[in-house]
Amino acid sequence: MAARPGFAGPNSNRSPFVRILLGDCASPRYLWHVTEQPRLAQQNAAVVLPEPFVKWFAEKGWSPRAHQIDLLAKAQDGQSVLLIAPTGAGKTLAGFLPSLTELAGRPRRRPGQAHRGIHTLYISPLKALAVDIERNLGKPVAEIGLPVTVETRTGDTPAHKRQRQKLAPPDILLTTPEQLALLIAAPDARRFFEDLRYVVLDELHSLVTSKRGHLLSLGLARLRSFVPALQTIGLSATVAEPDELRRWLVSQNPPGPMAELIVVTGGAKPDISILDSEERVPWAGHSARYATPEIYNEIKRHKTTLLFVNTRSQAELLFQELWRVNEDTLPIALHHGSLDVAQRRRVEKAMGENALRAIVATSTLDLGIDWGDVDLVVHVGAPKGASRLAQRIGRANHRMDEPSKAILIPANRFEVLECRAALDANYLGAQDTPPLVNGGLDVLAQHVLGCACGAPFHADALFEEVRTAAPYADLDRPTFDRVIDFVATGGYALKNYERYARIRLNKDGLWRVSNPRVAQQYRLNVGTIIEVPALNVRYVQPGSRGAASRGGRVLGKIEEAFLETLTHGDTFMFAGKVLRFEGIRENECFVSNAPGSDAKVPYYGGGKFPLSTYLAEQVRAMLDDPQRWKKLPEQVADWLRFQADKSVLPKRDDLLIETFPRGNRYYLVAYPFEGRLAHQTLGMLLTRRLDRAGAKPLGFVATDYALAIWSLADMGRMFRAKKPSLAALFDEDMLGDDLEAWLAGSWLLKRTFRNCALISGLIEKRHPGQEKSGRQVTVSTDLIYDVLRSHEPDHILLQATRADAATGLLDVSRLAEMLSRVQGRIMHKNLEQISPLAVPIMLEIGKMPVHGEADDTLLMDAATLVEEAMGTK
Amino acid sequence: MTVALAMAAPVAEVGSVDVAGERAVCDRRGVLYFPEFRLLAVSDLHLEKGSSLARRGTLVPPYDTGATLLRLQTVIADYQPSIVISLGDSFHDGGGAARMHASFRERLEGLMVGRDWFWVTGNHDPEAPADLPGETVRELAIGSLLFRHEPSAVRVEGEISGHLHPCARIVQQGRSVRRRCFAGDGGRMIMPAFGAYTGSLNLLDRAYAGLFRRETLMAYMLGTERIFAISHAMLRPG
Repeated sequence: MAARPGFAGPNSNRSPFVRILLGDCASPRYLWHVTEQPRLAQQNAAVVLPEPFVKWFAEKGWSPRAHQIDLLAKAQDGQSVLLIAPTGAGKTLAGFLPSLTELAGRPRRRPGQAHRGIHTLYISPLKALAVDIERNLGKPVAEIGLPVTVETRTGDTPAHKRQRQKLAPPDILLTTPEQLALLIAAPDARRFFEDLRYVVLDELHSLVTSKRGHLLSLGLARLRSFVPALQTIGLSATVAEPDELRRWLVSQNPPGPMAELIVVTGGAKPDISILDSEERVPWAGHSARYATPEIYNEIKRHKTTLLFVNTRSQAELLFQELWRVNEDTLPIALHHGSLDVAQRRRVEKAMGENALRAIVATSTLDLGIDWGDVDLVVHVGAPKGASRLAQRIGRANHRMDEPSKAILIPANRFEVLECRAALDANYLGAQDTPPLVNGGLDVLAQHVLGCACGAPFHADALFEEVRTAAPYADLDRPTFDRVIDFVATGGYALKNYERYARIRLNKDGLWRVSNPRVAQQYRLNVGTIIEVPALNVRYVQPGSRGAASRGGRVLGKIEEAFLETLTHGDTFMFAGKVLRFEGIRENECFVSNAPGSDAKVPYYGGGKFPLSTYLAEQVRAMLDDPQRWKKLPEQVADWLRFQADKSVLPKRDDLLIETFPRGNRYYLVAYPFEGRLAHQTLGMLLTRRLDRAGAKPLGFVATDYALAIWSLADMGRMFRAKKPSLAALFDEDMLGDDLEAWLAGSWLLKRTFRNCALISGLIEKRHPGQEKSGRQVTVSTDLIYDVLRSHEPDHILLQATRADAATGLLDVSRLAEMLSRVQGRIMHKNLEQISPLAVPIMLEIGKMPVHGEADDTLLMDAATLVEEAMGTK
Repeated sequence: MTVALAMAAPVAEVGSVDVAGERAVCDRRGVLYFPEFRLLAVSDLHLEKGSSLARRGTLVPPYDTGATLLRLQTVIADYQPSIVISLGDSFHDGGGAARMHASFRERLEGLMVGRDWFWVTGNHDPEAPADLPGETVRELAIGSLLFRHEPSAVRVEGEISGHLHPCARIVQQGRSVRRRCFAGDGGRMIMPAFGAYTGSLNLLDRAYAGLFRRETLMAYMLGTERIFAISHAMLRPG
């Protein structure tokens, strides 16, 4: 490979500066590909790079990269900057260059002189990333002889080190959003940050879309109020709307110019293909079991293969299947978020050492560190979003000019369409990262209490400060005042708790924490990450149910909700093994090795993404265009032709509804392609309406692509008689009263409320001296929800809950867009029998777990058993 | 399904149950009614639990007392009992009655008018509630029944108690349902907690060990429309 003139030294085709900076790993992740004009960069380099750096570069025979110099120049000009570069382009180094060069020019602290404050704050979503960077920054700092100290501060940092950091702060502090929240809630925060110059935000694209991002934006607003000249440097993967991030990085009150933008375009076009299987692609299901031998052959043909799946259960299943055919006993490992940390670290280490041939992984590997010499990415199941696919493929092979290689394995026929759409989208460089949403009021409540813990505040000033944060730029004053009221006394219309206020307004117009215990509790409960209640999974002797055999190995953690559905003796897959459920004792679930190798209960949740809007549109477009079917595998194209023959294929912007009888029931199948969450909500609302219309609906099932409802009455006939008409059935007004009525008692809303209650500080996650498991929270949030809803439905926390549900679990916003799009475009096909397109979703009926709504029906079933047995019925 | 064959049920009619020979109605709202005595029993109201938590910094909505009283009002209106027994832990703490908002106090006193009202003492409220009518007792015997807050360790036929906040969990088709319940074996009965913020403890927890005859133990789970009688054999821990 040829070295690029002016970019790299004679001895290397990669940037040695980066290699050194980031340690011994010589990781492909930090190689890059730059497209800016080299000459400009060199000229700039002379202007902005301080002498010791130039000298150091020269000694080594290296030269810096264009985007580094560009970023440095803009930063030295006083600008905040957003650097967008694909995974592995070495953005992190670029982010630190302004700090390192500035620190290099600072006079050394003389003995006896007061300690200087933090100069640069680096914030990453992952603790591990912070640790990684600390290790790798050390070397160049030493070699250039920079008077710079670099330290991490995470949840794992020991108390004495934190204490010392407060007294003698490092120049560069590497930390997480939660730790920042804690730092600004400390009484000495203003002094601690008074020398702050830069905040470097890594993996910004992944931070901003969550409540963690909201909390971080508020923390940043606070820092800005301490140090108005503060500059931010955002590092991000490619996103759909860079301007959103550019605004996010700077004050929005008043909105000034956005942060400067530097874009590094990607390297060689990735080589992506869809597995053209010899086998029959199944109609439905998610296992892709049919392709196992073909996947295994690919693993054999490559050095290291990274296999991505969408859920943990898929990961377990694929891992089992691969080992079933692993005749050569290749080292194939499993990696997902529920596994024991020690186990995960072992896999990561083995991978870094290139000791593995394949790793089956979920989204836990989406972000993060260096993964050895991966030369093939296999994506099993549909990618669900074009951006996600691009990120995952970016994991493979960062050598310059060599394309990443990836194979997509659709698990069923709809996924073939989706993979094809994603593939086309990736070549087009399409991006479908989710749009940013307004900041959560629960997060704001947490922040307000945090501010009070730090120092007394004036409501007017804090309001103006909060509005500098992009997610809260549109916040109105009455809402802000209600949040303060909530923090103080719960914000209830019934003013009962004045004497128990957590913060109080004093005569000087300042809000203060009413007693030190409030601050202590705040510190224990900071953050927005709510852990789903989970139990340790521990090995015991088969057949033993408890204490006697305690002490076996812990395999990882599984959600309590899944374990609750198991009976003694049930078998399930976890940690790459088939396990037998022996019982639950306190916080542990006991398991033994199952005698057979077939798990009875393979399902458990975690890591599900709905189909992105963008990809959904691409799939609809493909259905509508027979020309594009040529690119599809023959069996799938045949399937679509069959559908055109037996029923019809929907036009790009139409909604196809099929009705047909089957067995002694009638079915309605709709194909909105709007993702599982939106379909689930639609299913709930439609069944309510159909019930009122007398269709006697019995149930429904939702997938990413379609929705099926079954009933006792002939819905096809009802629609033709316009009793009701489909237009009326799908009218947008279903998002009004019906939604409200359904939501009121929905478990979905209760779960959302629980999160809001915990984040806002209404209920404590942790109390001094004790960790609470999900069930032991002071009062069940379900009970609080019921009481609050009936007594004060407009309470600020319920407002926050509804806002969350609309974008989260219910995806109401997406449903609303769809309903509005299909007005007047509903195509009804009344059929004698099931259509080819309907087969996949019909196969899902009975397979998918349905949650919560029909509790009483289950009780009825159980009680009926008793009645039948007793002959009383 | 073979599970069903192993079960025995002491009741002929769902919702109606015999305790030591006295007929009672298990109401799905969590109260027990004895028609013969026109007696309504309710347990573990835990009034003012909200303000009790608020005192310690957890500012949960202050509407639990109102919500609990409203539900109590409805069942009293339905049954029009001449005797009401509140089976202990009527207030979440000793100061609860004194803290109660004036409007709630009026509502509660309104319910008491024209009835014999007994406050059975509980571990949360060992003293008589401040400034409220009604008679405070440690336990109360009526017919073959004995009302007390905590179930006695020794079996007492006809004992009606509360304290443990029983709930039951079943699994059907891979889905789990957990509800408050009455627990009875024909001889004694433990009532579910009635208060709006009261949690619950699974009937299979060791706290219940030795209290019931396993073979006749039933959980009367509270449904949204009716009571569901579930045999002990079908219950799950957790």
